[in-house]
Amino acid sequence: MIRALALIFCLFALPLAAEEVVAGLSRDEVAITANFDGSDILIYGAVKRDAPAAEAPMEVIITVSGPSQPVSVRKKDKRVGIWVNTELVEVDKAPSFYAVASSGDLRQVLTRTEDLRHRISIPRAIRSVGAPSNVANAGEFTEALIRIRTAKNLYQRLDNAVKLYDQTLFSTTIDLPANLVEGPYNTRIFLVRDGMVVDDYSTVINVNKVGLERWIYDLAHEQPLIYGLLSLFIAIAAGWVASAVFRYVRF
Amino acid sequence: MQIYLPIAEVSVNAFLLLGLGGIVGILSGMFGVGGGFLMTPLLFFIGIPPAVAVATEANQIVASSFSGVLAHFRRRTVDLKMGLVLLIGGLIGAAIGVQVFAMLREIGQVDLLVKLCYVVFLGIIGGLMFLESLRAIRRSKNPAARPERKKHGLVHALPFKMKFRTSGLYISVIPPIVVGLLVGILAAIMGVGGGFVMVPAMIYILGMPTKVVVGTSLFQIIFVTAFTTLLHATTNYTVDMALAVLLLIGGVVGAQIGTRIGVKLKAEQLRILLSLLVLAVCAKLALDLLIQPTELFSLGVGGH
Repeated sequence: MIRALALIFCLFALPLAAEEVVAGLSRDEVAITANFDGSDILIYGAVKRDAPAAEAPMEVIITVSGPSQPVSVRKKDKRVGIWVNTELVEVDKAPSFYAVASSGDLRQVLTRTEDLRHRISIPRAIRSVGAPSNVANAGEFTEALIRIRTAKNLYQRLDNAVKLYDQTLFSTTIDLPANLVEGPYNTRIFLVRDGMVVDDYSTVINVNKVGLERWIYDLAHEQPLIYGLLSLFIAIAAGWVASAVFRYVRF
Repeated sequence: MQIYLPIAEVSVNAFLLLGLGGIVGILSGMFGVGGGFLMTPLLFFIGIPPAVAVATEANQIVASSFSGVLAHFRRRTVDLKMGLVLLIGGLIGAAIGVQVFAMLREIGQVDLLVKLCYVVFLGIIGGLMFLESLRAIRRSKNPAARPERKKHGLVHALPFKMKFRTSGLYISVIPPIVVGLLVGILAAIMGVGGGFVMVPAMIYILGMPTKVVVGTSLFQIIFVTAFTTLLHATTNYTVDMALAVLLLIGGVVGAQIGTRIGVKLKAEQLRILLSLLVLAVCAKLALDLLIQPTELFSLGVGGH
């Protein structure tokens, strides 16, 4: 009986002592227009507590992840004097964009098990079930994927980029590059204490093409024949106009 | 000024695209080549996905070729009859080429094969043209040694003879159809209009006069690339209209300027310039295959 009471007490006590994230975004929609050149998103928030903060310092990790796609990674090798694609590893799911910002050094802030459970760091955010048995060094391929996308600013590891004030208020800015893929961008905020995730919050930033970009994209996919003919019509018309204009412009 | 391309899903500088279109357009008008063999690698280089680059390039070639061919029509340097005969072969060849391309894709290594195709064909054609035009220039400097009259070879012995008045030829229709067919296959595999193969083939195999060759080649290219554009738009959804418009604005203007430059140059000079250009592209592609790349890995989105 006492044991049962203690259990019930514990269940009530847990949320009481817990800390909760309250967060906001400077924008929850990104419109890709014809002159889209990247976008900054401010992510901010506070920690809601019912009790005084615990001794151990709190850390905040914020991730933004674009739509996942399968990616094929090919490796070149020298065969008969020329460089040829030889080995291929299909990565089952890799986010088209991934940024992970933290209030400290990510490796020290988070334990490996918690990273595995919540898929927070860049290598964990990529899901690769298994390479074909004929590929000797499969890890090399995921590393290459991360290296190439990091160089294009599509994968960002931003250590010490989250500003944390008085263990309560936090904010960070995520810089979305111009080469964005459309879709929902999942944004997660983790409160971490002693390497363990205490609370998490997630929301979505919608990235959409608008205006002319939207129209062209939809037409190309829904009415491909009309789109193709329209493209040809534009080409022929442009060729004719240029020819007609240049008839009168002698040089 | 940056512009976001809706199908390619990348952001690029609009003036860069206009400039590229212009330069390739000038070459297109001068030599009667579509310019695809130059533009497609350039588009890869600025970060356009290969599938989008190849498809959109076909659309752009339609515009610059159309602009160029109108100028040639006014100058009466298009052999319509020869163009139509070549076109019959070209369309059949393009259809076969698309099938061959699909087969190669299943085996894998389609990238390598396309590149090897480029190196081999550009190398052979560029080399032959360069040597031939050097010889022609030497001949014109030494008027004592007149070129001997063309011999009646195999081309003249075949049946189904037809009169091509504009070209001043009376030959069988079989060689032009075969030339069109082979060029059509190559064009579909390499993702280009095929002008750089067609022009020398018309000069050296069919014996057409250089002035007529350029216009006729452009005429033929319009239809082959229009066919390719439609195929890409309906099967792969990879034609980017915004990219095409920017490239073709530069391209059509360039083609007009190029046609005027082409008229002022002598046939031998035209040929030697084209051959040097072809050899330069060939050398660049060959070096890419031979030198160790800095990044050994490459990414492809989606399966395969």
